[in-house]
Amino acid sequence: MESPTLVLSGIHKSYYGNPVLRGVDLTVRPGEIHALVGENGAGKSTLMNILFGMPVIHETGGFEGTVELGGRAVRLNSPSDAMVEGIGMVHQEFMLLPGFTVAENVKLGREPTRANLFSRVLGPVGKGLRSLDRRKMQDDSRNALDRIGMSLDEMQPIAGMPVGHMQFVEIAREVDKENARLIVFDEPTAVLAESEAAELLATMKSLAAQGIALLFISHRLDEVMEIADGVTVLRDGEVVATLDMQEASVEQIAELMIGRPLPERELPARGAGETQQVALEVRGLEVDMPGEEVRGVDLDVYKGEILGIAGLAGQGKLGIANGLLGLHPVRGAVKLEGAPFVLGETLAALRQGVAFVSEDRRQVGLLLDESIELNIAGTAVHVLGRFLGKSGGPLAMINRAEVRRHAENMIQEFDIRCQGPTQPVRRLSGGNQQKVCLARAFTLDPSLLFVSEPTRGVDVGAKDRVLQQLVRVNREAGTTIVLTSSELAELRQVCDRIAVVFEGRIQGILAPDAPDVEFGLLFAGERSGVSS
Amino acid sequence: MNPLDWLKRLGVTRTILAAFLLVLWIVSAVATELDLVLLFSDCLVRTGMNGILVLALVPAVRGGVGLNFGIPLGMVCGLLATVIFMNFDARGGLGLFGSIALGAALGAGAGWLYARLLEAVRGQEMMVGIYVGFGSVAGASILWLFFPVSNPELIWPLGGEGLRNTLVLDGYFKQWLDLKLAIPLGGTAFVPVGLLAFWLGLCGLVYLFFRTRVGMALSAAGANPRFAEASGIDVRSMRSLGVIISTAMGAVGIVVFSQSYGFVQLYKAPLLMAFPTVAALLIGGASVRVAKVSHVIIGTFLFQSVLTTSLPLVNALVGQAEGAQALTNLPEIARLIISNGIILYALTRKESA
Repeated sequence: MESPTLVLSGIHKSYYGNPVLRGVDLTVRPGEIHALVGENGAGKSTLMNILFGMPVIHETGGFEGTVELGGRAVRLNSPSDAMVEGIGMVHQEFMLLPGFTVAENVKLGREPTRANLFSRVLGPVGKGLRSLDRRKMQDDSRNALDRIGMSLDEMQPIAGMPVGHMQFVEIAREVDKENARLIVFDEPTAVLAESEAAELLATMKSLAAQGIALLFISHRLDEVMEIADGVTVLRDGEVVATLDMQEASVEQIAELMIGRPLPERELPARGAGETQQVALEVRGLEVDMPGEEVRGVDLDVYKGEILGIAGLAGQGKLGIANGLLGLHPVRGAVKLEGAPFVLGETLAALRQGVAFVSEDRRQVGLLLDESIELNIAGTAVHVLGRFLGKSGGPLAMINRAEVRRHAENMIQEFDIRCQGPTQPVRRLSGGNQQKVCLARAFTLDPSLLFVSEPTRGVDVGAKDRVLQQLVRVNREAGTTIVLTSSELAELRQVCDRIAVVFEGRIQGILAPDAPDVEFGLLFAGERSGVSS
Repeated sequence: MNPLDWLKRLGVTRTILAAFLLVLWIVSAVATELDLVLLFSDCLVRTGMNGILVLALVPAVRGGVGLNFGIPLGMVCGLLATVIFMNFDARGGLGLFGSIALGAALGAGAGWLYARLLEAVRGQEMMVGIYVGFGSVAGASILWLFFPVSNPELIWPLGGEGLRNTLVLDGYFKQWLDLKLAIPLGGTAFVPVGLLAFWLGLCGLVYLFFRTRVGMALSAAGANPRFAEASGIDVRSMRSLGVIISTAMGAVGIVVFSQSYGFVQLYKAPLLMAFPTVAALLIGGASVRVAKVSHVIIGTFLFQSVLTTSLPLVNALVGQAEGAQALTNLPEIARLIISNGIILYALTRKESA
């Protein structure tokens, strides 16, 4: 039997003491399409960085384990090493020069050249002055495009081309490399329309038939089922399963991706006020948040509940809160407590009692060089005119004593570990910065609070405390909370219902104790769940 | 705390300049026969004279457009107001405060247009500001040439129309503020209480402004526009407000500068004035992103005192020596090195210098 194209064995990698990969094994045979699936943060990107010898790996102390290509152990210390070994990648974001033609992009950096007068006179120094062999560039590109079954004109410039075609130019570039034996497709269908995606999958099959090994990274499990021959499931840096496609099912893969022991759920009981009254009614919400587009969300948020919003990165879960608060262009019909809610006006939203704790704590959530007290009180001063002297008007002085008192109360209530209310927030730890963000939001006295990624970059102990604070305010003040998070486990810990977002829409809403497999399927856009 | 931390806390530029100034004073006292009291008096006058121009930079930095190299635009507005009041023969306090008020109003209008321009070139405000400063001085020069003045003291005598290069403020409001409440120190030396009080009063107003609701919103918009947006602050209009206040204060600053100097300098005089102004603020400890009123006070005093002291000191030291003429240029060279060096240094670092 022919030796496998790629064998990764026992790959360990950690960043700054944080293990990201723990003993990963992966085998891809010639002509095989092997799928690699896993949640965000499962370690897929790190594994690819190792495979391509990216500098980030070596700058952070390298990795353990071995990489074998065609039965021979290799050391990949730089991307050019990987290129020499015949490893290619089709990127999610295209690496193409828009002003250049298809042929020029395909041959970029590997242009065939001919000697001319200057290069001859200058000898070895004149190597860079050799003329481009345009005829050969065109012929090679034509060949490559034909091999992947594209009728695209090789002399067309990239600018203005549909994204689907750009994707094929990327593939043609990899195929054109004479020694190409392994091509990685990193979520190639994410930006494509359905018909384009089908075309791409067909091309991938024909490439595999030519003996090239394909490593296919995708969140779309139906595509994985359709074309892959085998699949490796990563979870928290470990391979949880390597399956042959004949024996795998979508449900099985989905469950493997998510499957973790259900966190303990010990929540204080609610008061009697619990109702099924709708606090926020969202219809046809569209948000142009770059990288997190929302494309038509319908959602009801009940009064007094904690609603979770889950989903993989880039699917649009973060866009919902950002859009409703008017931080990105937004369209749709929204009602707050039955009354129409004007979209796109941040100040109006805040004044109506809708507050927001941003997922981007350092860039959006805080004034890093200002004091804790100013961070806590600032928004309320501007929005509600709180903490102002009696004179009123825009030039009213801020009452520093009142700000100080309030900040001291909040520091105690939220257990913010600091030297005092005048300490700049930049010097606080991530968890304490997050608590300042929460304190700022609660100073606005919101009836509806959006909290995005509250535990991102927060150490384990502080994580729990942040979540407890949310539950406490929800129970004590009856604040309705919409909690958006990439960590399903924490949503399942505190939420009443969890909505899963896929491709900018709500794919389904589940109870927090719904089985892993149902979450996994919704994450992968497989099936609309039933509202619980 | 180790010595390096102490130095950091004091501010590197501030410490160096303060040490340099101290050396200048000591040398003046020990090695020359300069009148130290007069020297000190001159330092105070020069500080008060330039202080408002330096203060004018603060609202722009706080609003997030960086160091306002376009401050000559405001100066031109102040000069225009002064010319108008002088042409109508307004003298004394009326002339001075009339020029200040009209200058501020013109400056606010010009600042509004300037702010709209800066919105169009977000991220390159400082570079564009330099061109705006140069351009406004050149534009004003054409205006001065054809300005319809009737007061013969202002008319360019050779041409018979247009304005002179330098207007003499004697009899108008020369040193009106400097001499108000001044404490005589013997000879020609005095403490310009009125001038310093006016400047420090404006400093106090700016300080208080940043403790109001609008002032806080302006600071937030400058410190972190995305935070400000998420707090419902209209970032564009806050940034514009910072530029408008800065330009208006630039106009006030040049009127006060002129009354102290005793002359109104037109045409190319304001062309390069942005640079020493910016340098003074930076010496005080400000950076492209952070500027406080305390930086203005410390920086203006240090920078102006070094300049004021070095000229007579060099003259006294080398006055009789051979080749003295070449050396009397030394203070001017020092001024260029210090101001441009400080600006370069500040632009290379993001934190407070």
